[in-house]
Amino acid sequence: MNEAAHDKLDSLRDQVAQAFEARRPLAVTGGGSKAFYGRPVEGEPLAVTGHRGILDYEPSELVLSARAGTPLADIEALLAGHGQMLAFEPPHFGPGATLGGAVACGLSGPRRPWAGAVRDFVLGVSILNGRGEPLSFGGRVMKNVAGYDLSRLMAGALGTLGVLTAVSVKVLPRPETEATLVFERDAAAAIEACARWSARPLPLSAACHHAGRLYLRLSGSERGIRGAREQLGGEALNDGDAFWTSLRDHRHPFFDAGRPLWRLSVPPASPPLALAGDGLLDWGGGQRWLYTDAPAEQVREAARAAGGHATRFRGGDRGDVFQPLPAPLLALQRRLKQALDPAGILNPGRLYEGL
Amino acid sequence: MPAADLRACDAALRRLLPAGGLLREEAELRPYECDGLSAYRRLPWRVALPETVEQVQAVVRCCRDHGVPVVARGAGTGLSGGALPLEDGLLLSLAKFNRILAIDPDNRLATVEPGVRNLAVSEAVAGHGLYYAPDPSSQIACSIGGNVAENAGGVHCLKYGLTVNNVAALKLVTLDGELLTLGGRALDAPGYDLAALLNGSEGLLGILVEVTVRLLPVPDYAQVVIAAFDDVQQAGDAVAAVLAAGILPAGLEMMDTLATRAAEDFVHAGYPADAAALVLCELDGSRAEVEAQLERVEAVLRERGATTVRRARDEADRLRLWAGRKAAFPAVGRLAPDYYCMDGTIPRHHLGRVLATIARWSEEYGLPVANVFHAGDGNLHPLILYDANQPGELERTEAFGARILELCVACGGTITGEHGVGVEKIDQMCAQFGAAELEQFHAVKRAFDPQGLLNPGKAVPTLARCAEYGRLHVHGGRLPHPELERF
Ligand SMILES: Cc1cc2nc3c(=O)[nH]c(=O)nc-3n(C[C@H](O)[C@H](O)[C@H](O)COP(=O)(O)OP(=O)(O)OC[C@H]3O[C@@H](n4cnc5c(N)ncnc54)[C@H](O)[C@@H]3O)c2cc1C
Repeated sequence: MNEAAHDKLDSLRDQVAQAFEARRPLAVTGGGSKAFYGRPVEGEPLAVTGHRGILDYEPSELVLSARAGTPLADIEALLAGHGQMLAFEPPHFGPGATLGGAVACGLSGPRRPWAGAVRDFVLGVSILNGRGEPLSFGGRVMKNVAGYDLSRLMAGALGTLGVLTAVSVKVLPRPETEATLVFERDAAAAIEACARWSARPLPLSAACHHAGRLYLRLSGSERGIRGAREQLGGEALNDGDAFWTSLRDHRHPFFDAGRPLWRLSVPPASPPLALAGDGLLDWGGGQRWLYTDAPAEQVREAARAAGGHATRFRGGDRGDVFQPLPAPLLALQRRLKQALDPAGILNPGRLYEGL
Repeated sequence: MPAADLRACDAALRRLLPAGGLLREEAELRPYECDGLSAYRRLPWRVALPETVEQVQAVVRCCRDHGVPVVARGAGTGLSGGALPLEDGLLLSLAKFNRILAIDPDNRLATVEPGVRNLAVSEAVAGHGLYYAPDPSSQIACSIGGNVAENAGGVHCLKYGLTVNNVAALKLVTLDGELLTLGGRALDAPGYDLAALLNGSEGLLGILVEVTVRLLPVPDYAQVVIAAFDDVQQAGDAVAAVLAAGILPAGLEMMDTLATRAAEDFVHAGYPADAAALVLCELDGSRAEVEAQLERVEAVLRERGATTVRRARDEADRLRLWAGRKAAFPAVGRLAPDYYCMDGTIPRHHLGRVLATIARWSEEYGLPVANVFHAGDGNLHPLILYDANQPGELERTEAFGARILELCVACGGTITGEHGVGVEKIDQMCAQFGAAELEQFHAVKRAFDPQGLLNPGKAVPTLARCAEYGRLHVHGGRLPHPELERF
């Protein structure tokens, strides 16, 4: 690989700096795999994809640093070769998915309740702020409390606080082995079982419920998994990997409908919500996917009443994607946006109006 | 900013707080003059001990209106002077916020007031088979609010994460007296992740009045292996080899000879006294899982040249082996009148080189150093032994410490892994960050605190201060103008 050819920092910096001078909005794009997510942005495209390449990877340090445009697939292949993984199992949603896009969208896969979310694995970032200044926060070490933690703040900010140019993430050993078990259960019983099992020291690493079946993944050593299976029962599912990957990337048949898709994030043990429609539960009940004809206010209210929030994940009214924030919190977030992007040129409005 | 109106503020605070809730006499103020970094002391102007969130809101608004700075304080165990008072500022103690508000075993959450002690959380939820994982060595004393403000770690954070990874939601009182909820009881929350930003913000962005933490099931079984090495570098390589072998220990700690001997003399943990380096590796999980990993860990440690490898004989032995590590600071503290604890973190492969350099400097400065550290995550705790009563020793110690931190930065690491910047490492922030990053931090601070009244002078240096330090830095030593901190 010609390293220099993949370092586009200078041109990215110039583009942002010029956009800042001209107060011209930019639409930051990675591989486009998650372009559907969030509110629409009007702006000149700023493509980060060309800025790619692994910068540092020493398996025994459990840290990997890469330019933001590096394809997730390349990173995962490299890690797999050393028996390691991105434990937050980032959804790809398409072949072009990049590391920067995964961090900016802040989405995590089935392992999230047990391993942690994207933000838990971000150790450091390099960004261009809204003035085009290259800045680095955090680092390549596991623990770092020097300065405000602006690197974790980038996770889920949808590129509205800075253009990610490089990211360091904590990586973990891949489990020695995994097994997927299936149980016949209705949703209420599945949620209850997940809460009960999660409170015990079992090697759980994913739990999904769909169409009367609870799917449970166990990760660990052969011996550890055998022990857990004796306690849990259930039927073994062949090719569990394919199941969890299809769930992670929304290629599972549930997601085939062309209808607007809601994502409800609620405390996992919340009983089934009183919303009509087709649902699938992930994260042991913490992440609930829903196709419904119910009005948006009703969906949001059900999520709020359970202690969570609802997102129009795909389709529907793209002006109204994320759960509205209380006014003082939105005001604070706008001031924070101004602190990093004073001219409001980075993906303006992708998260909320004014962010 | 208009000049602080202390007299009017004092009168207003007396009206806002219940009897005994505002300390004004020198004798009452004295206990608050320092935190765990006792080399720095300063009497606060006043100490407020509010009992309700409404009182905190009113107190903060009052200070804002009168232009009076506010320094929050939890248990005062911080090691970087984060809770060091200001002589014209209010010290806001959260000590009375000491109730556990709710336990939700189904969602594995506990909601507590910020003054609750770290260990008290695990004690309160033990009946549900759950615990709160971050375990700083100070856990019997330090508060959850202080843990969040410092993003505290512990011996188990390699596997279970730091405070930030174990906090679900925060309630924050802003400088305007507004009460905000950041994060939530679900696994994520809409908008920017302000809960993450508040972790490690050292009381500069707002006052935490409620914390909801995530709980984990208590593992069925835990076992520790200790291994002795003749050489520190070899021990460091062995630590890396354990991780490279695909094992994620619950704890992976290391001590050098001086620390090992001190701990052994203090608690009789059963450590081999002649080792150049001692590694403690704890595994936890189901018994079957742990047994499988123990064999592999022992094999790796032997392969990497350990002279002794042994498992704890039973639970009592395991606790004894850990007692030595957990008591290492006070044990080392018995070797000299004072010690100074550093907190730099480095990529682990630099371990041997960094420790060798510290040893060389130790001779140069004539100050012994004991090393006790979180080897798994590269977080060093060199303890420099000195005597504050010997003229010049504190200054020499600080200069030595500053050099260690700058070495950590030069190796791609950081000046602080878990203890925070506070006042102590504020000058080394100039080595770690450039002007643009520091300016960005100040801009973020202004988004929360436009008047600069929350814990001013801590954590993030002004550019003017860095310029000053840059000039002095060559010779090390203390700044001639400590009052610069206030800018
Ligand atoms: C013997 C010893 C061992 C230690 N071991 C460890 C260890 O293993 N790991 C580790 O990480 N630390 C360790 N520490 C350091 C210290 O215990 C931690 O930093 C702890 O988190 C501080 O908590 P505290 O309640 O004492 O906070 P304080 O010292 O009172 O305050 C610390 C900072 O937090 C701010 N603050 C406190 N409460 C609030 C609030 N409610 N809202 C906003 N800001 C607030 C203060 O302004 C200050 O900046 C150790 C300390 C000692 C003395």
